[in-house]
Amino acid sequence: MKRLLKRYKYFWGLMIINIIVYALYPSVGQKSIDITWSNAVEMLSVIPPIFILLGLLDVWVQRETMIKFMGEESGILGVLIAFFLGSAAAGPLYAAFPIAGVLLKKGSKFSNVLIFIGAWSTTKIPMLLFEASSMGWKFTLTRFVINIPIIILIAYITGKLLNEREKQYIYEQVHVE
Amino acid sequence: MFTVLMYVVAFGFLILSFLKDKKKTAMALKKAWKSFENILPQFLSILVIIGIMLAVLSPEVISGLIGEKSGWLGMLMASLVGSVTLIPGFVAFPLASALLKSGAGFMQIAVFISTLMMVGIVTIPLEIKYFGKKAAILRNSLAFVFSFIVAIVIGVVLR
Repeated sequence: MKRLLKRYKYFWGLMIINIIVYALYPSVGQKSIDITWSNAVEMLSVIPPIFILLGLLDVWVQRETMIKFMGEESGILGVLIAFFLGSAAAGPLYAAFPIAGVLLKKGSKFSNVLIFIGAWSTTKIPMLLFEASSMGWKFTLTRFVINIPIIILIAYITGKLLNEREKQYIYEQVHVE
Repeated sequence: MFTVLMYVVAFGFLILSFLKDKKKTAMALKKAWKSFENILPQFLSILVIIGIMLAVLSPEVISGLIGEKSGWLGMLMASLVGSVTLIPGFVAFPLASALLKSGAGFMQIAVFISTLMMVGIVTIPLEIKYFGKKAAILRNSLAFVFSFIVAIVIGVVLR
């Protein structure tokens, strides 16, 4: 009980803030609770398959395989796989971080994991279809095309600006999880 | 629809895995649950923050912030709103489309959408958990800067 209280302290704190908002501005507070609830339902409906796939990935894909396809020496193939994995997904960006964790743990190249994150955030296929229906194809395709090199650039620059020790530290942290 | 597809794929692999090795499958499910439970406190916090934020920053307020302002100030405003908010796509795109109709420029909308997707101030604690402080801050800052480049290109193409 005490552990739960401590582990979820930020959550409880935010709930108290929400209640205070509700007391001061009932309409805003009510709206906030409604949005939180509908997002929670949305999250719980989207997230189970993501975590099931994460578990299967962790158990079945061997480190050697992952290194071969997405590791330091994987080259363009690793980049393509990272793009594919990120773009084929559905779900909010914050659900991508645990999967990125497994990819790191299994020995994926750092920049490839960042490409995966970039693709998940921007070039998700279901999202693109939706975008096109409200923004038009010209807007969507322009954004898509320009974002591909940008995702790669962000991944490489971030990777380059971290030194080996810092990267090593990230890989070790993930192992402990 | 796509969510259904994700379920089909996940359960397809799960059944396949179960047929091949029951023990490993149980382990996979255990790991799935553990990784979920591991970040549940952050997930819940993020959900409440989004709730409070979207209640305050309603579509009307966002329209007011981005809507009429144009030029660099409008873009800066749009990028800040995009960075701090976390709006699901099915809300964000109709909003963006409505903003366009009410007079916002393509560049402002593009920077709003790009930062919305790539920059996540609210989710940064979670990102730090997996990538460390430096990498998370770098990725978000770079994404912020590049969002402007995306917007400029879109502004030129869709002129």
